[in-house]
Amino acid sequence: MIINHPLLGPRDAAEFVYLGDAALIDRPDWQAKDAAEQFHAYGYLRDNPAGRHQELWYHEQGDRSWLVVTRDTLTHEITEVQLARDVARSRGRSA
Amino acid sequence: MRYSALRILKEGLTGNKGWKPVWREPEPKREYDVVIIGGGGHGLATAYYLAKEYGTTNVAVLEKGWIGGGNVGRNTTIIRSNYLLPGNEPFYELSLKLWEGLEQDFNYNAMISQRSILNLVHSDGQRDAFIRRGNAMFLAGADAEYADADQLRAELPFLNFDNARFPIKGGLYQRRGGTVRHDAVAWGFARGADSRGVDIIQNCEVTGFDIEGGVCRGVETSRGPIRARKVAMCVAGSSGRVAAQAGMRLPIESHVLQAFVTEGLKPVIPGVITFGAGHFYVSQSDKGGLVFGGDIDGYNSYAQRGNLPVVEDVAEGGMAIMPMIGRARLLRSWGGIMDMSMDGSPFIDRTHVDGLYFNGGWCYGGFKATPASGWCYAHLLARDAPHPVAAEMRLDRFARGHMIDEKGMGNQPNLH
Repeated sequence: MIINHPLLGPRDAAEFVYLGDAALIDRPDWQAKDAAEQFHAYGYLRDNPAGRHQELWYHEQGDRSWLVVTRDTLTHEITEVQLARDVARSRGRSA
Repeated sequence: MRYSALRILKEGLTGNKGWKPVWREPEPKREYDVVIIGGGGHGLATAYYLAKEYGTTNVAVLEKGWIGGGNVGRNTTIIRSNYLLPGNEPFYELSLKLWEGLEQDFNYNAMISQRSILNLVHSDGQRDAFIRRGNAMFLAGADAEYADADQLRAELPFLNFDNARFPIKGGLYQRRGGTVRHDAVAWGFARGADSRGVDIIQNCEVTGFDIEGGVCRGVETSRGPIRARKVAMCVAGSSGRVAAQAGMRLPIESHVLQAFVTEGLKPVIPGVITFGAGHFYVSQSDKGGLVFGGDIDGYNSYAQRGNLPVVEDVAEGGMAIMPMIGRARLLRSWGGIMDMSMDGSPFIDRTHVDGLYFNGGWCYGGFKATPASGWCYAHLLARDAPHPVAAEMRLDRFARGHMIDEKGMGNQPNLH
């Protein structure tokens, strides 16, 4: 698979390390009343879709950036690649 | 109809005209006591033991394709019970004991061959860990045997003992481990279940669940609705998408695992050999092909095909431990979909919906578990209580903090 890095251009997926569902960006509030249930879901439960899937890839053998890759789990087709930083900011996760 | 040497002789002398199909092609009934979703090894074994051990015969096995066409038809056929943890080892030892009596039990030649499995050791720390594992196996009534480097040099002279990075210092044998003809496992269980009255319904895809007020009353299928008192999911590899139809999120990701077969060779490898440090395992099939595999591809996939970097990685692992493998030509490779669970261990449990049961999360170790999985799932379905050796394989174990994490990787499915 070729991942089209937003800054570096097309790169072989073998340069990356896979973390999992990009929902991991949305870390729950540790002070919420139901924090234990939320962290259980966050840490262990997954949608695991057959089809479009947003996931986190780390460019370990490159610029060490985190990417959010939108990929089809049935065809391996990659339709969108964003910097995880930009995705996190758009979700209000960081300044 | 039972198979016997006399029957084979008679058929051989009369043109083999007396053989009949070994299971029926029934139309689905409107209602069953138990509907099992998934006609793989585990689903068929569950139906077989439900009928045989508990007398529950008003059972349907629904398979979206053809039986034996999923993961039971695309694996590396290894059986073993060399586990460590109390939540795992007694279960896999029960499975190995069931394998040992399986052919006599279901009167079908599954070509069970206890040719041994060897886990290689490359460091003092790994030796200590494997001897500890051997002791855990003894405690569960399994067999284990430590072999030092001299013994292995005499038995397996073709291994690369003096590899600079991973010199072979010994290995842990389980002599009762080995291989099985995987298709025959599906066929044998199917025949045994069918002959006891179970309906095996192929080309019947489950498209939804009939859940009212927290109670499951049946399933929607591509061949119409089927009602059932109990519905049992058993679709490992597709657990995520089937459970999603029942509104469940599981502690599972689906990943692809590739495996490989070479051209047929004369016998060169006596048993199963695993090189855990480089993640490579190999055995030789009865037809002579070297059957081997390694790591999963490492990212979520339902594609049933892999990608080339892992092919290269597996080939490198093979060359590192067994340089002669480089002389063999690769005939084919394939990719199967694995339920990779959050701790590398499976689930056999009830769900939060009454009448809906779940079996899945086998990671890439489901084949060896086939008989015990069916045995324990049948127990759960018949008695509504977990079988003692599967009592830890619960869906809520993460919430309770009781992971069965054999490799100590934590909740990172692609590392198990």
